[in-house]
Amino acid sequence: MNSPVIQVENLTKSYGSVEALRGVSFEVNEGEVFGLLGPNGAGKTTTVEILEGLRSADGGRALVCGLNPRQAGLRYKEEIGATLQSTALPEKIRVREALAMFSSFYGRRRNLADLLRRFGLEEKRNTFYGQLSGGQKQRLALALALVNEPRVLFLDEPTAGLDPQVRREIYDIVEELKQEKKTILLTTHYIEEAERLCDRVAIVDYGRVIALGTPRELKQRAAGTTRIEVRLARPAVDGALAKLEAVSDLLQFEDRYVLHSTHVPATIVALVKQLESDGNEIASLEIFSPSLEDVFLELTGRKLRD
Amino acid sequence: MRHILTLTVNRMRLALRTPAFIFFSLVMPMAFLFAFCGFFGRGRPNAIPYLMASVLALTVMGSFWGLSLQLVTYREMGILRRFHLAPLGAGAILASSILSNYVLTLPTVVLQFLLARWVFHLQHWGNLAGTFILITLGTVTFSALGLIVASVTNTAQETQIINNAFWLLFLFLSGATLPLPLFPGWLQATAFFLPATPLVIALQKTMVARASIFHLGPELLSLTVCAAVAFVISQQLFRWDPGEKVPRRAKLLAASAIIPFLLLGAWEIHSGSLRASALRSFQSMERQSVPQVSPEEPPR
Repeated sequence: MNSPVIQVENLTKSYGSVEALRGVSFEVNEGEVFGLLGPNGAGKTTTVEILEGLRSADGGRALVCGLNPRQAGLRYKEEIGATLQSTALPEKIRVREALAMFSSFYGRRRNLADLLRRFGLEEKRNTFYGQLSGGQKQRLALALALVNEPRVLFLDEPTAGLDPQVRREIYDIVEELKQEKKTILLTTHYIEEAERLCDRVAIVDYGRVIALGTPRELKQRAAGTTRIEVRLARPAVDGALAKLEAVSDLLQFEDRYVLHSTHVPATIVALVKQLESDGNEIASLEIFSPSLEDVFLELTGRKLRD
Repeated sequence: MRHILTLTVNRMRLALRTPAFIFFSLVMPMAFLFAFCGFFGRGRPNAIPYLMASVLALTVMGSFWGLSLQLVTYREMGILRRFHLAPLGAGAILASSILSNYVLTLPTVVLQFLLARWVFHLQHWGNLAGTFILITLGTVTFSALGLIVASVTNTAQETQIINNAFWLLFLFLSGATLPLPLFPGWLQATAFFLPATPLVIALQKTMVARASIFHLGPELLSLTVCAAVAFVISQQLFRWDPGEKVPRRAKLLAASAIIPFLLLGAWEIHSGSLRASALRSFQSMERQSVPQVSPEEPPR
């Protein structure tokens, strides 16, 4: 197996008396999309900015492509591409001028016409940056991050503040990059984004990684229960549903029963058998998998956007 | 070097799209020309070379204004952070700021010369090579001083305040607007501690007395040393991020850029050579013939 492209070990950083990072560690493998998920102020941006070489860490070790971001100098910048949490460019620079200028700084360059086409900016090529919409600005930021065919891409909150439609456009772009096997580290506080885009996720809170794994693993590691909502043709026999196999909890809301199951297939089979013997029928049944939001809630006692 | 040229071209392009730049770099210098030559030079063709020296000095000194403000605004808006992600050093950003400023100043200066000739009947061009060197060096020095201001200020508002304070000093104490020989002796001596004064005196020498650069030793030396020191210091103090604090040593380091002028001021108190030159240039306004160069003559 290839050695990790990004290695972070026990990274610490303080701003005055505020400890932004308290020993963050993780590794990202080649071709992997890795997400740092956490609320605002968790330390995600500080971590990414240290890896981009924009900030120095107080302690610990960070290596990207085998290079120390802060000490490898300008050579390091050739290897990475990045979008900042809020990319800013001069208002009066045209889209094509911005791409041409940033592209000229690198030894390895992508075809700019291809980038304009790919990011849907062909029609806006002569538009001033200040006249672009939020989504177009973010697409340009992504295009700028790719002008040098980077080995590693850092995307800091790539969809923050964008409307849902634009957010989906950005997801499509990241998914395309994922198919190209780009190594991507992205930060987000959107559950949907982490679940949809990331191969692995580190949940970050108060400057620490509190859980790490694939979205599926993390969800399974959480209470381990799945919510099953069922409506029956007639009311259930008292207490029968609570005794079904793998049911840890039962709630009733009028004609709707909410079961929390630790093993969904076993519970469903048991439910069907029970209803058959009671002469009852299922009117509707829905299964809700636990989300990363549930995982975060369980680990921290808070919602992600508290 | 390639990065510096790319950045320079882009900086120039952006400047030309900014109405404020057009006003401060073209309209205002032309206003100086028409105010000085049209008002004080009316019916006095001999006064035009002297007045042109002031106009050119003010045009060059204006360099530090826009440059510092733009750099601080870029930092405040987070634009510099985006550049920091690219394989660029602070030196490239700073050098391109100076170079673009210089290239954009040249057409204004050429236009001022042509208008002075056609509208105000400038009788001779002075020592054009010497004036060109002074404009080049002056623009670089004042741009570098602008970079120093940008390195010790955090906000555009703070930069404006500092720029205004320096601008007023340069405007009224350098001899560019109020002729130096009209000042009391102690104020004349004080004026030589300012970066603007040697530039004004030297431009008066090349414009009025057609002095060659060999007669501008102390002025050229102090401006060159200041430009080099200011550039190195602003490179050391360069901040990409609006959140980065100004280091404690910054203000002390920044102040060291004026050491060449402290030395020049001390030397001038001793020699009086530049004050004598300023007086001769001033008196030329009343003479019919062009004075001969004798820069080492002590003051009377």
